[in-house]
Amino acid sequence: MALKTEPFAVNIGPAHPSTHGVFRMRATLDGEVIVDLEPVFGYLHRGVEKLAEERTYTGFIPLTDRLDYLSSMANNLGYCLAVEKLAGITVPERAMYLRVILAELQRIASHLIAVGAFLNDAGAFMTPILYMIREREKILDLLEMVSGQRLTYNFMRIGGLSQDVPEEFLPALKKFVDEMPRWIEEYEQLLKENEILIARAKGVGILTKETAINIGASGPVLRASGVKWDIRKADPYSGYDRFEFDIPTGETGDSYDRYRVRVEEMRQSVRIIKQAMEQLPAGPVRAQVPHLIRPPAGETYTHIEVPKGELGFYLVSDNSIAPYRLHIRAPSLINLTALREMVLGWKIADAILIFGSIDICMGEVDR
Amino acid sequence: MLNAVSFQALPPDWPGGFWWHWLVFTIIILAFVVGMVMAFIYTERRAMARMQARLGPNRTGPFGVLQPVADAIKVLLKEDIIPNKADKLVYWLAPAVAFTPALMIFAVIPFQNGALLADLNIGILYVAAVSSVTAVGIFMAGWSSSNKYSLLGAMRDVAVVVSYEVPLVLSIASVVLIAGSLSLNQIVVSQTIPFILLQPLGFIIFFLAGSAEINRSPFDLLEADSEIVAGFHTEYSGMKFAMFYLVEYAEALALSCIITTLFLGGWRGPFLPPWLWFVIKVMAVFFLMVWVRTTLPRVRIDQLMALAWKVLFPLALLNLLFTAIQVLAIPMAMSWLMIVINFALAVILITLWARLFKVGWGRVEV
Amino acid sequence: MKSKFFGSGIMKGMVVTIKHLFRHPVTAQYPEQRLNPSRRIRGVGLVWSQTRCTGCATCAKTCPQGAIRIVTSASLPDNKYKVEEYEVDTGYCIQCGLCVEACPYSALYFGRGIEKARYRRGELVETKEAMMETPDREVSGYFYPERAAKLPKQTLLLEKIWEKK
Repeated sequence: MALKTEPFAVNIGPAHPSTHGVFRMRATLDGEVIVDLEPVFGYLHRGVEKLAEERTYTGFIPLTDRLDYLSSMANNLGYCLAVEKLAGITVPERAMYLRVILAELQRIASHLIAVGAFLNDAGAFMTPILYMIREREKILDLLEMVSGQRLTYNFMRIGGLSQDVPEEFLPALKKFVDEMPRWIEEYEQLLKENEILIARAKGVGILTKETAINIGASGPVLRASGVKWDIRKADPYSGYDRFEFDIPTGETGDSYDRYRVRVEEMRQSVRIIKQAMEQLPAGPVRAQVPHLIRPPAGETYTHIEVPKGELGFYLVSDNSIAPYRLHIRAPSLINLTALREMVLGWKIADAILIFGSIDICMGEVDR
Repeated sequence: MLNAVSFQALPPDWPGGFWWHWLVFTIIILAFVVGMVMAFIYTERRAMARMQARLGPNRTGPFGVLQPVADAIKVLLKEDIIPNKADKLVYWLAPAVAFTPALMIFAVIPFQNGALLADLNIGILYVAAVSSVTAVGIFMAGWSSSNKYSLLGAMRDVAVVVSYEVPLVLSIASVVLIAGSLSLNQIVVSQTIPFILLQPLGFIIFFLAGSAEINRSPFDLLEADSEIVAGFHTEYSGMKFAMFYLVEYAEALALSCIITTLFLGGWRGPFLPPWLWFVIKVMAVFFLMVWVRTTLPRVRIDQLMALAWKVLFPLALLNLLFTAIQVLAIPMAMSWLMIVINFALAVILITLWARLFKVGWGRVEV
Repeated sequence: MKSKFFGSGIMKGMVVTIKHLFRHPVTAQYPEQRLNPSRRIRGVGLVWSQTRCTGCATCAKTCPQGAIRIVTSASLPDNKYKVEEYEVDTGYCIQCGLCVEACPYSALYFGRGIEKARYRRGELVETKEAMMETPDREVSGYFYPERAAKLPKQTLLLEKIWEKK
């Protein structure tokens, strides 16, 4: 006599016990196995794109901080590059190199949180995330020395940076860069070859190469599926073609590969920072731009590689002090569309792990 | 055989007769359990915090030693909420049914030679039998909460406890074969070489199976945040919740005491008084449990069941078989040979099982 | 995936954890031990200089939140505005610093306050007398390096020694 089972719906609610913000998943379970998943988001919508039409170009920079609040420098950089391209402003050399240093520091910080949260979702009771937060504290100290704040920096301006770095920044940065590879080694030793983690994460949540390209995934999610695509090499901006670095890729596209790709990217970022520090020229850090910028009428789409993927700004200007239309292509939202396909057939504990390995930030998804 | 001992096991025969003996030891056991549970809570929080590069609680009392007392007072003062549709009698009885067996285990654990409440000559069998009753209490808690997630959590817990009883009892059987008796005092007395050296595979199996029975990391998926709610004790608050919390630590204490008695040599040791050696060894085993909890991620439910039936159960059976062969074949004077053979056996068997068996399902086609 | 022996990945992880038991923890116990914040800290509350301010209201126009409110009156003998009211609502302020950068007369600075909670919403608004520079309302070095050089150095986690006991 076969037992008749029927699927029942379960709500993994917006107030998550795990991390990653206000996100709701309606899962339909058959026993333990997920047969349908519907993501519901929009709990953090603040109308940023509409607010852009009422702020000046410079006054919108604090709002770009709050999109992906774990990597604010990168968002600032993307927006400033978009406006500079539209207005035809060239940035001084020293500002370009400093922007690269700050963006790569931000990339290390964001990947530390991503890796820590992923291991925390696997169940290691806060030990990995506390170690990663300790490293991130060193980076946040450096960024606080430069800009005065620890999370939403508002440091890049249209035409360069807001001010020059203080003179104790470069020795401290050198000390950080010399120490960091050793700590990455130690954290890898903690959980890289752990048999329980391999049993939980290897082969789980596979995103194939074709699906990843079809849905428009970007960032570590795309690179872990085997596609060697990085905007810093394919379409360089802000002087990235002067540095040499590798692009780590994975083979199968499961959660374990995404974790490994992020750890390898941290190492490459340290390499870029070392080269930028050696080649740093002297000079001004801010170009002379008017107080209220009026770019000529036109439109542009500028994209950069933020830690979570490809962040794009589509900017339409009509020669006034505020943008006519600003649209933000958020990498977390596009990567999230693959969630349903990756999760079907696995269990709830796997669903949480897969969701943690995509690494989204709800500020970007909902804008 | 291997139980030629250097001194005899003393019967528990105290001046004043049977009832005084019973009273004194009841008080000793209650004081021991309450005191050691508080020490365990404190040790766990401080040691885990230091391993995570932070301080633990250090404000209540000097060095934070009054933190468990503060926890107890907080829990006592909370409001006792009973859900409306709960089955009142079962809801009320469940913590008591869960806690009492955990306390009954301590009746047969020797603190010193002859110092135990009742020297049953079926000691370890009594322990194995009584510790299964806790699962009934947990299921009563899950059923009476009238909450479908609690019921799911409780059913999973019963499945895990029942599955892990089998390797647990089989590894106990190997130790009993070497010691020659089921009485716990006799087992300690006959450990001229501590049994962890003679039974490394047995120790590993017992440790893992015991950790799964008491729902500790890496098998604590019922209290985890990957499970949707907190498992069978979701609907409990106030003193009843404190009883479940106490059950968790009392069972950890019981498991540590049993591991010390069976594998590490109980109260044996050179210079210090025997009961002090016992406490030191119990704290060392608990420290190992805390260390494992801090480092390892969690195992999924289907991987947990597969681990019990596909890995631990055959390994325990093979361990029993090879121990029986060694006990019959090796004379007493060459007992160090057993150490070498058992370690080699442990390495070979674990490597073989790791290559041959896959733990857990993969993806299911929907 | 196959390591030399099945448990070696687990063993390596446990070695890392036990090494941490012999290092200093990185916590600083807050009310007793305070770390020095950055010299360029963007604290809550601004510091305003009445002598240098001319009432041009560039700061109010630059503020993305509209948190600054200026009321001036003209008709004075030496052809200067008199600033009647200068109010900053620190509840709306997001400490972005655009006003400090925009002031053409260097009349506005950031304060260094961090523990500025109040019980009522109305108490968060700061008016001109409260915003002048006094010894306990210090000026932070944001955008003004000569003021930053006078402040104490920031404590960095990089310089904390925590490996040997």
